[in-house]
Amino acid sequence: MTKTSFLKRDEAVGLVILALIIFVVFPVMLDDFRLNLFGKYLTYAFVAIGLVLCWGAGGILSLGQGVFFGLGGYCMAMFLKLEASTPEATAIQSTPGIPDFMDWNQISALPIWWQPFNSFAFTLVAIFVVPAAFAFVIGYAMFRRRVSGVYFAIITQAIAAIATILIVGQQGYTGGVNGITDLRTLMGWDIRPDGAKTTLYFVNGVLLFVCLLVAMAIRKSKFGRVLVAMRDAEDRVRFSGYDVASFKIFIFCVGAMMASVGGAMFTLQVGFMSPTIVGIVPSIEMVIFCAVGGRHSLMGAVYGALLVNWAKTTFSESFPELWLFGLGALFIAVVMAFPNGLAGLFDDYIKPRLRIGRAAPATTPQPAE
Amino acid sequence: MFSGYSLPELGAIFAMQGFAGLILFSVFVLMALGLAIIFGQMGVINMAHGEFMILGAYVTYLVSNAFAAYMPALFGAYFFVAMVLAFCASGFLGMAVEWAIIRHLYKRPLDTLLATWGLSLILQQAFRSLFGAREVGVTIPEWMMGSLPVTDLIEIPINGIFVMVLALGISAAVYVMMYKSGWGRQVRAVTQNRVMAGAVGIDTERTDRMTFGIGCGVAGVAGAAFTMIGSTGPTSGQAYIVDTFLVVVFGGAASLLGTIASAFSISQAQSILEFFLSGSMAKVITLLVVVGILMLRPQGLFAMKLRK
Repeated sequence: MTKTSFLKRDEAVGLVILALIIFVVFPVMLDDFRLNLFGKYLTYAFVAIGLVLCWGAGGILSLGQGVFFGLGGYCMAMFLKLEASTPEATAIQSTPGIPDFMDWNQISALPIWWQPFNSFAFTLVAIFVVPAAFAFVIGYAMFRRRVSGVYFAIITQAIAAIATILIVGQQGYTGGVNGITDLRTLMGWDIRPDGAKTTLYFVNGVLLFVCLLVAMAIRKSKFGRVLVAMRDAEDRVRFSGYDVASFKIFIFCVGAMMASVGGAMFTLQVGFMSPTIVGIVPSIEMVIFCAVGGRHSLMGAVYGALLVNWAKTTFSESFPELWLFGLGALFIAVVMAFPNGLAGLFDDYIKPRLRIGRAAPATTPQPAE
Repeated sequence: MFSGYSLPELGAIFAMQGFAGLILFSVFVLMALGLAIIFGQMGVINMAHGEFMILGAYVTYLVSNAFAAYMPALFGAYFFVAMVLAFCASGFLGMAVEWAIIRHLYKRPLDTLLATWGLSLILQQAFRSLFGAREVGVTIPEWMMGSLPVTDLIEIPINGIFVMVLALGISAAVYVMMYKSGWGRQVRAVTQNRVMAGAVGIDTERTDRMTFGIGCGVAGVAGAAFTMIGSTGPTSGQAYIVDTFLVVVFGGAASLLGTIASAFSISQAQSILEFFLSGSMAKVITLLVVVGILMLRPQGLFAMKLRK
């Protein structure tokens, strides 16, 4: 393979098909309500792409991606809430001009760390910088001491638990268990009508493709190769003179930023942000999106996020009792029967039939020796 | 923070909160012991540990109802029967799970984590379908109710003492099993070097299954003890799983003594902070300190010296 082309042919085809599905098939087939739901699913796909980079390529399983999703979501929600809480709109409160839940909790002035979120530019920067900084602190502390694998997973899970307890406990500053609700406009543009939701769906799709291309570029760079080498034989990479910890910290930060963008878009698309999307259970569900799609496949992760969420909505609408059984079985099946997820099944069974007469080498990555 | 309390009152507060902490400590120890066996010795992440505990609690609930209906005369003794049955139920389920799922995944610890999480969802829904979504409580036997007055200001509840005694007893039993019995020697041999253990004639597969089963059985007993101080719902187990894992990791995964020491420090810190701060902040601060210490000292409090 020469390095003249950035995308291989089948990757380009895959991207085009995905683009057709997201930008043509869904908008044509689905009504406004369903399309909005799929917009919500797309926001989860950002997290799944980040997880493919961290977990599939780098071997770092984070069970705390919900925290980063939440950080992005709360940054955006804080901005929208401040915009909705004009003195005129909140005139009946004892302190007009602050968010309603603060007023209910007897807080009479806007806390100092809320104030920068009056600025949209600051909010946009914060959506990238806050989760990246947080991920850097966690990553620096853990990877420098060579904590990885299971211990990293457990500690990130504990961080997700702490974040939820903290948000729920500090009701006056975070909106507590209800989260930040009743969001209205973004820079004067009403985000509540169906038309706005549809526009947001397309914005979501475009951003998702940007994320996908960034992730592909990372995977194809020399950095991406070092990452995979590190996953499979960390010591050899270390002995070859690479600074393993820095690579891990970087990819963990990238994963966190992608999750955060997803979270910010979630707030816009759905119109609220709450701690139920931050904690242990949603965080581990985000891992299953990635695992179902295929932990080594970026596009698989998008399909996984769409499919699992669609199944969740469908099943919990019609058979609420069966959904948890189904999700549980999915966890077990994806681990035991098809560890490379849908992408692995596609590579093993469908792809060879698509190119009869041409030698198609199996591209499914093998687990470490 | 201490203003407004006189000195004897403060002493009594610390003693009462310390005692509440001891009860929490007993619960942590009971939960963490099973996990210390499974995670510490076998390196398997069992996210369904909480559900094995809840299974024990539901067995206790069923036994207490059965005694109340058919043998009211012996009601005072039902707990001991329930404990044995809880151990068996959770233990057998654990062995079945090891056979069906875990043994295929020993080389992929992160995948075990996901698979057992799936198992925990299935068990939760099964409990919900069988016993309903509402929490159930058992009737505590007569002799376990009431409290012992120590001084004018300090009273300690009897069921708390009972749970503590139980925790101590089971810790001692686990210690004897792991370090004094032939079975324990086999378990430790398999953990340290699976290939060599197999070469000298230990049936490693059977040892794994027994170890996992006993770890789950201890969780079942913990669940039985749990019914004496709180009610049981389908998702009660999930609420404790993070604490339990932190206790085991904080103590140093392979050390039983470390598990007990870390359960003690975490529970005491949490219950004393709880009196002065809100419950949620006490928990946040305790967990943050634990996570912070783990970042500085990832091997935990009591680490086994190993060359990796």
